[in-house]
Amino acid sequence: MGKTVIEKIIQGHTADEVAAGKIVWMDLDVRSARDFGGPNVVKNYEREYGGLPLADKTKTFFTFDLCAPACTLKYADNQQICRDFARKNGIQVYDVDSGVGTHVLMEEGLVRFDSTVVGTDSHMNILGALGAFGQGMGDVDIAFAFRTGRAWFEVPESVKVVLKGTFKEPSSAKDLTLFLLKVLGTKKVALRAAEFTGPALAGLSLAGRMTLCSMVTEMAGIIGFIPECGAAARDEIEKYSGVSFSPLLADPDAGYAETIEIDIEGLSPQVAAPPSPTNVKPVAELRGTKIDAGFIGSCTNGRFEDFAAAARLLKGRGVKKGIMLKIVPTTRRVYEELLAKGVLQDLFDAGAIVVNPGCGGCAEGHVGLTGRGEVQVSTGNRNFPGKQGKGQTYLAGPAVVAASCILGHIAGPEDL
Amino acid sequence: MDTSSHRGRIWVLTDTSGKLIEDIDTDQIFHNAFLHITEIAEMGRHALGNLEGWKDFPKKVRPGDIIVAGRNFGAGSSRQQAVDCFIALNVGLMLAPSYSSIYFRNAVNSGFPVLRCGDVDSLVNGRKLETGDEVEVHFLNGRGRNLSKTHNFSIEPMSAVQRDIYRAGDLFAFGRSSGRKE
Ligand code: SF4
Repeated sequence: MGKTVIEKIIQGHTADEVAAGKIVWMDLDVRSARDFGGPNVVKNYEREYGGLPLADKTKTFFTFDLCAPACTLKYADNQQICRDFARKNGIQVYDVDSGVGTHVLMEEGLVRFDSTVVGTDSHMNILGALGAFGQGMGDVDIAFAFRTGRAWFEVPESVKVVLKGTFKEPSSAKDLTLFLLKVLGTKKVALRAAEFTGPALAGLSLAGRMTLCSMVTEMAGIIGFIPECGAAARDEIEKYSGVSFSPLLADPDAGYAETIEIDIEGLSPQVAAPPSPTNVKPVAELRGTKIDAGFIGSCTNGRFEDFAAAARLLKGRGVKKGIMLKIVPTTRRVYEELLAKGVLQDLFDAGAIVVNPGCGGCAEGHVGLTGRGEVQVSTGNRNFPGKQGKGQTYLAGPAVVAASCILGHIAGPEDL
Repeated sequence: MDTSSHRGRIWVLTDTSGKLIEDIDTDQIFHNAFLHITEIAEMGRHALGNLEGWKDFPKKVRPGDIIVAGRNFGAGSSRQQAVDCFIALNVGLMLAPSYSSIYFRNAVNSGFPVLRCGDVDSLVNGRKLETGDEVEVHFLNGRGRNLSKTHNFSIEPMSAVQRDIYRAGDLFAFGRSSGRKE
């Protein structure tokens, strides 16, 4: 039988026989730890391997993104523990100025289409957007990987998700992603790799691909891949990776656990209401829900085009008085581009709060929390109770967040 | 030591209506209020401390007991304490239809035998597995036996990797003992 995408990537990194359900030992091209989990990786490493060298320091990284710069003593200590270890072992640290680790690794050219990348971030699988294998792991795994360059992995079954139809503005990749969360829930792709195909996907930008692949985590999936890739996304991926983009494709006779067809024709803007990312409704059903705050950012929706889309709507209209809109670019490079092209100025003029890059606004980081009774619309990927404070979080795309902040209640761009 | 089978009394994690609880997340297994605890011995008394109806589990459990749970056990965060708290209580093994992927990895890496049994739901519904039953499970050939009810069932045998890590003690010990380059 032929191989699926994930089977092919893994087969390129192991001598073991690769098939769904088999556990193999695989080589890892990148192993990383962030400011959560990182200190435990260091602790495990020192206890088990104190004094022994890393397998390859050029493939080992720290990325600080959760609390950047540290806003609690705990995070400050944690980051310093990692920095000290990194200095001692000659490891590159992408420090608190850099942004979300997965995106930074991509921008630094450390992830190519067939790479295997692990880290202490449960959204590491976002790298499926580049055709690569990404996986979040615990601190024992990562310490072992620092030392050996390897991990065991159970090859998952794959499902094929076939999208029928296309969609157009004002609906975005996030609206598509939320709609898929509604249809697929947390069981259809649970513990599986998903291959998304269909004509609508060829139109996705790199940022859009990352939005979809990021939220495979919320579907409880192992990873998502998008074999179809349009020219714009390809160019951007090649710009970062420095190699020509030829993602591994499944064999025609590859074995899938299931094929799921979903009709997305005429997709309208969507919102995930509390308490979970799968509680998705069209904007029309929630229109009018009063909000206190908006947030645009996270690994899911914090790239240049996400802010540009919001700025286009906000320019000349502005954030409604009394509403607070937080802007957190995913990386320093995104921030730089926003600055250079005047988008940050537009957002600032519209009344937004512009913050340095990182996970702020998504994780309980440096951009504050929601208080009891507070309602926020967010481009993040999780709205579980307590994740961003005691308030209520609705998930949406950048255009819906912008429109909602302009009007003071949940709304789509068509309401402006 | 024969490490290929285990015998013990079971605890079936059911709700008040007797239904197997699914999607038990790591906050219910080991609440984040206790994440500062780093000594494994001190983790036991918080096991299942946030799971409705099971907060007194650490007082009831005896060394060697077996936990039976619903699908997607260990969803949520990557915290290792959600595995270590059961090791602290000397829980013998765990049976569930499925585990979250990070939970499964963490358990395997710590040498805690997490085993999959797709029939758990029907066995529990059909009263073929009830709290208090004495059960014997063979890790490698996949045979399970409820000695209290003289009923047989099957489980997924451990993979070679899981078995090797389990026998070595944990992932680090396995790495040292295996001939491969560490
Ligand atoms: S932005 Fe949120 S989901 Fe993404 S890596 Fe950071 S904390 Fe995780």
